[in-house]
Amino acid sequence: MTLSVTPLVASAIAAAIPLLIAALGELVTERAGLLNLGLEGMMLMGALAAFVAITHGASLPWALLAGMLAGAAGALVFGFLTITLQASQVATGLSLTILGAGISSFLGRDYVGYRAPATFETLPIPGLADLPVVGPLFDLNVLGYAALLAVVGVWYFLQRSRLGLHLRSVGESPAVARSLGLRVNRIRYGAVLFGGAMAGMAGTYYALAQLKMWQEGLTSGNGWIALALVVFATWRPGRVAIGALLFGGVTALGLWLQTVGVGVSTFALASLPYLATIVVLVSISADQQALRRHAPAALGKPFFDGD
Amino acid sequence: MMGFELVRRAAPSRRMQVLAPLQAVLLTLMAGLGLFALLGQNPMHAFHEFFIAPLSTANGVSELLLKASPLCLIGLGLAIAYRANVWNIGAEGQMYMGGVFATGLAIHFQESWGAFLLPAMIVAGMAGGMLWASLTALCRARFHASEILVSLMLTYVANLVVKYLVFGPWQDPQANNFPLTVEFQDNALFPLLAALGWEWFEGTRLNLSIVITLVAIPLAWFFCQRTFAGFQLAVAGVAPAAARYAGFSASRAIWMAMLASGGAAGLAGVSEVAGPIGQLNDRWTPEYGFTAIIVATLARLNPLAVPVAALLMALLYLGGESVQIGLQLPKSISQVFQGLLLMFLLGSEVLVRFRLRRRHPTAHAAPSASVSVATAAGEKAA
Repeated sequence: MTLSVTPLVASAIAAAIPLLIAALGELVTERAGLLNLGLEGMMLMGALAAFVAITHGASLPWALLAGMLAGAAGALVFGFLTITLQASQVATGLSLTILGAGISSFLGRDYVGYRAPATFETLPIPGLADLPVVGPLFDLNVLGYAALLAVVGVWYFLQRSRLGLHLRSVGESPAVARSLGLRVNRIRYGAVLFGGAMAGMAGTYYALAQLKMWQEGLTSGNGWIALALVVFATWRPGRVAIGALLFGGVTALGLWLQTVGVGVSTFALASLPYLATIVVLVSISADQQALRRHAPAALGKPFFDGD
Repeated sequence: MMGFELVRRAAPSRRMQVLAPLQAVLLTLMAGLGLFALLGQNPMHAFHEFFIAPLSTANGVSELLLKASPLCLIGLGLAIAYRANVWNIGAEGQMYMGGVFATGLAIHFQESWGAFLLPAMIVAGMAGGMLWASLTALCRARFHASEILVSLMLTYVANLVVKYLVFGPWQDPQANNFPLTVEFQDNALFPLLAALGWEWFEGTRLNLSIVITLVAIPLAWFFCQRTFAGFQLAVAGVAPAAARYAGFSASRAIWMAMLASGGAAGLAGVSEVAGPIGQLNDRWTPEYGFTAIIVATLARLNPLAVPVAALLMALLYLGGESVQIGLQLPKSISQVFQGLLLMFLLGSEVLVRFRLRRRHPTAHAAPSASVSVATAAGEKAA
């Protein structure tokens, strides 16, 4: 049993990375007061864009850029509808998921089953990567390292930078922020676009680092799990990382139990991440006071810049 | 918004409440023409193939009704839930469980229950949908967990439950390992309308389950407009604080909303497995549960408008199938249209509460509250 811990950690981290990337983006969006439920749709659009780019000869950085731009494009639509046109954030996010799933399956039809000609491979850090248990943390691909840096980056941005302070105040009280002279809508657009680009990056991870092929609906609900992660983390980047690892761990455990061949149905094991999400949501939400203390006060509420 | 700005209306525009959905449909059709042109199709030909051809035969019309019926049923339930501001987006999973519960009876009591089998399946399916929805209601009402995320997670779980059953204990031993149950006997199926002697339906798959939908429409309307419980739900949705003050329990509203929408979705599940599908398999639904979200939204949560929205969304499904056969375009084009329609609708709805005003060249600063209130009031007086 002890021998198999390190590979278990490795597969937990592999499952955690895309959740972490997507959740960090959503966290910034939500800290600015916008709830974008379209994460899954933006991830799918990003995944397809990256896959199409790589199939048509683009290099990995360009494919990543394509994925992030596609995610951001979805986010731009969300921003236009909710920030400029005052549409309901919940309904717009849902429709973004429906549209993203539709577009990616429509445009991706000709790519189903093809393998990606180039993929993100792991770059072990010599010495550290061979450590027991924590070794896998030093044996990631570029996107993995980027995700870990992003945890620190997002934390620093929100807590230590002036713009981060502005962003948080927009999420707490847009009316006050505006009366102080902040360009509320501009900051919100920025936060939404960042969230979209990160979702696109997470999608790219699924297409070019994890599955390494195109599959319809390849994110299989992980966008929604990432949304739950933000709540679980009570909108704090460090806790998002811990939460992502926990969820990755549950996924890895399910896969491991399948290979070991315990007498449990594979379908029951596959439902573990979803059930874990519910358990986590219930346990974190039961303490409403704590949740309210940390949630951005204006989260999900419309703000009209005109009156 | 170059050169234009939004000004809040003093009261929502009634005219725009009707016009906004029409505008969204129009914009979607225009986007569709553009999309077909981009794909190298003759736009008018593709348009005909998508929107007109499916309706040109009696069979096409009956297929439209066959698809619209479950969409309408789920949409009615969701309209009730969304009125209460309870965002059940897991109707898909509740529909799965309706199908599962009905199938359980159909394959285990095929011989013994005779003519009582189908009515029992209807009740069981509804109960299955309600049971699955009650898990979300419990998480939301008791523990304040987001019903959006919980109901969606449970949809993934319900899908795995179906897979487990049709790959495992309920698999037809004669199915060569295909994930499906035995085909239901006649006493577990809704009778075809054609078999009841209505000649017009000869050769179509339309069945008696449509009656459930036809009854549900006025029922839902009556519940929303004429009952105290429906009123309480709406108040809980629009003004939670007022509802609390009036002594309406918030958790009761959540339970009612979830049970109503879950029960409706469960019924839709029965009407599918005991209708056109005639068995349970692992991919029997073209995501009616998710599409019904669009149906309810497009109908602006008005039960009497839900059937119209359901017919429209059913047409999008049929159109997708039609261009797949006729023009070799992917069927998922339906989903693109559905998403576009919802997006356009949400964008158009802005005009219900706001009006567009040409921005005055000198007044580039944000207008103050008093100015826009004054103009809105002036407009009302005029």
